Amino acid sequence: MRMVMTGNYASAYGAKLARAEVIAAYPITPQTSIVEKLAEFVATGELKAKFIPVESEHSAMAACIAAQTAGARTYTATSSHGLTLMHEVLMWASGARLPIVMTNVSRAMAPPWSVWVDHMDSIAQRDTGWLQFFCQSNQEVLDTIIMAYKVCESSGVMLPAMIIEDAFILSHTSEPVDVPEQQLVDSFLPAYSPDLKIEVGKARGFGSLVKPDQYMEFRYKAMLAMKEAHDRILRVEQEFKHVFGREHGGLLERYRCENAETVLVTAGSVAATAKDVVDALRANGQRVGLARIRAFRPFPHDEIRSLASKLEGIAVLDRSYTFGAAGAMFTEVKASVYSCQKRPVMKNYIAGLGGRDITPKILERIFEDIQVIAKRGAEDEVEWVDVAGLPRRWR
Amino acid sequence: MGKTTIPEDEFTYPGSTGCPGCGANLVMRYLLKGLGERTIVSIPACCWAVMPGYWPSNCLKVPLLYTAFEATGAAISGLRAALDVKGVDDVTVVGFAGDGGTVDIGLQALSGAAERRTDAIYVMYDNEAYMNTGIQRSGSTPWGAWTTTTPVGSSHGFKHETKKDIMTIMQAHRIPYAATVSPAFPEDFIKKVEKAKSIKGFKFIHALSPCPPGWKTSPSLSVEIARLAVDTRVFPLYEIEDGKVRITRKGKGLPLVDYLKVQGRFQHLTKPEIAEMQKGVDDSWIMLLLKESSGT
Repeated sequence: MRMVMTGNYASAYGAKLARAEVIAAYPITPQTSIVEKLAEFVATGELKAKFIPVESEHSAMAACIAAQTAGARTYTATSSHGLTLMHEVLMWASGARLPIVMTNVSRAMAPPWSVWVDHMDSIAQRDTGWLQFFCQSNQEVLDTIIMAYKVCESSGVMLPAMIIEDAFILSHTSEPVDVPEQQLVDSFLPAYSPDLKIEVGKARGFGSLVKPDQYMEFRYKAMLAMKEAHDRILRVEQEFKHVFGREHGGLLERYRCENAETVLVTAGSVAATAKDVVDALRANGQRVGLARIRAFRPFPHDEIRSLASKLEGIAVLDRSYTFGAAGAMFTEVKASVYSCQKRPVMKNYIAGLGGRDITPKILERIFEDIQVIAKRGAEDEVEWVDVAGLPRRWR
Repeated sequence: MGKTTIPEDEFTYPGSTGCPGCGANLVMRYLLKGLGERTIVSIPACCWAVMPGYWPSNCLKVPLLYTAFEATGAAISGLRAALDVKGVDDVTVVGFAGDGGTVDIGLQALSGAAERRTDAIYVMYDNEAYMNTGIQRSGSTPWGAWTTTTPVGSSHGFKHETKKDIMTIMQAHRIPYAATVSPAFPEDFIKKVEKAKSIKGFKFIHALSPCPPGWKTSPSLSVEIARLAVDTRVFPLYEIEDGKVRITRKGKGLPLVDYLKVQGRFQHLTKPEIAEMQKGVDDSWIMLLLKESSGT
């Protein structure tokens, strides 16, 4: 059924269609309407689940961990400070190999306070062992939640996944969304049935102390699982396409990259704007394209490499900044490209922090800039875009 | 000598890695005797996170879910929700945490779980300091005690703050049942555990847990010291059922010094300091008697 809904409702419908059995959540702007909607689904009986109104995000994740260990499919949603409060237990969830699915409505970190979009919160969880999917549309949010459960619950993966919605741009903006039939989702996503769960009669310890001669093997297996997740994401998306008739681009969506000389790499909702800009520039004869990082973890190194080897220039637009280094997407892309025989010129653009608009004009200028420096080499590897007081004018 | 009412079934194997004379070993043993096999226990960072043994060993005959230090209240909420959604209604969910993990870092999650009326039993084994990390003071360390972070001889000296009254904190949550238990009185202990198991909702058990390395006591004296704690009324045995206080053992009313003098952690105390501590114990006891007689 086609409905008009916000990204947050798309998350709630995604969790409902996936038949989440335990939902533990704590309110935070701009995530609240996700859990409000889910609380309503549970209250009306539309979703047969237990809703735990926990007293913090840390407890939300800790409760999901416990419930998932006991064999229930769990879901939660959070944003910025809530996500970073969870940091400890995010590691716990992946270490315990629990396929929890969570929406993070990506929002800037304080101080200064900001409730608007940037990716600092999500990027700061890069090393927690979660799969991370940056979404471009509300449809993608709903679909990715359903796909994420299927990817994560497969026995070779058993890792948690974070579905990332840009604050307000997706979370509070309505778009037409196709809400699939429950029966169809059920046929695609079977009930959660883990090989191992906590149960009476089996006196197992979950999360026991291990010695130095045991610990690394656990981590090694999680590494293999993340590798497996790469292929699993692609396979599950093909199955999804077969059942539902749409796809979202695997780990790295490539838009008009064929015979491109320069490509913009970015993630999240800004990619939709960038596609329009690419269309306009292509119509003008410029050989530009867009590569959208859909999965940040596992990172699409191979996809980036095969794309980069044909390019002259790559602009990476990060909506966050890793202090003392560069944008996290940039360093990843650059690491991927290093082993290419022929390396394109690369530059990092930091833009759109704390909800600042990234306009088509700004994107046009980035394309202009990267095309020029692709010819003569980069001067500044990292440039902050549209910041008051800096010499270059972006608007 | 009459037969005891203590169940003979054991749910702990030998091989716990606890220290000799560990009170927390006895607390777990009596708790599981009272609860039986259909129990799932969640344990945060604390001595008992280590005591079941290295992976893949488990010295308990029940399944364990380890959780983060501050997360016990949330973990038992998640376990109960999953069991509910799966239609399992004959399993007791237990949170088993130390005093630091309860009154300090875990207080928020504990309060949340109690407020949500989570159907679970939360047991705090109280060794009155962060013992697993090496005897640092907690909010549950009593006034006057030496710990590594309240060293005697410094300008600050021993701990100068009073112990958090967790039982009153839990009573204020209006939970259906809360009780204090001691490994020196296993029959009273198990009776309370059985009662907690029979009641639906959030139940809290406060167990005194003598710690030979932390209290600087002989391992052979742990049960004796736990008994002295009751007999000197520094740790009275009582229960709070639907808000009503009932003292289950009055104790002999021995002078507090009998309890203090056998513990290295109190050896530095002067006579006036001991007198001050005695006054605190007397006041708390009178308050407890008043609560009992007034039915609150």
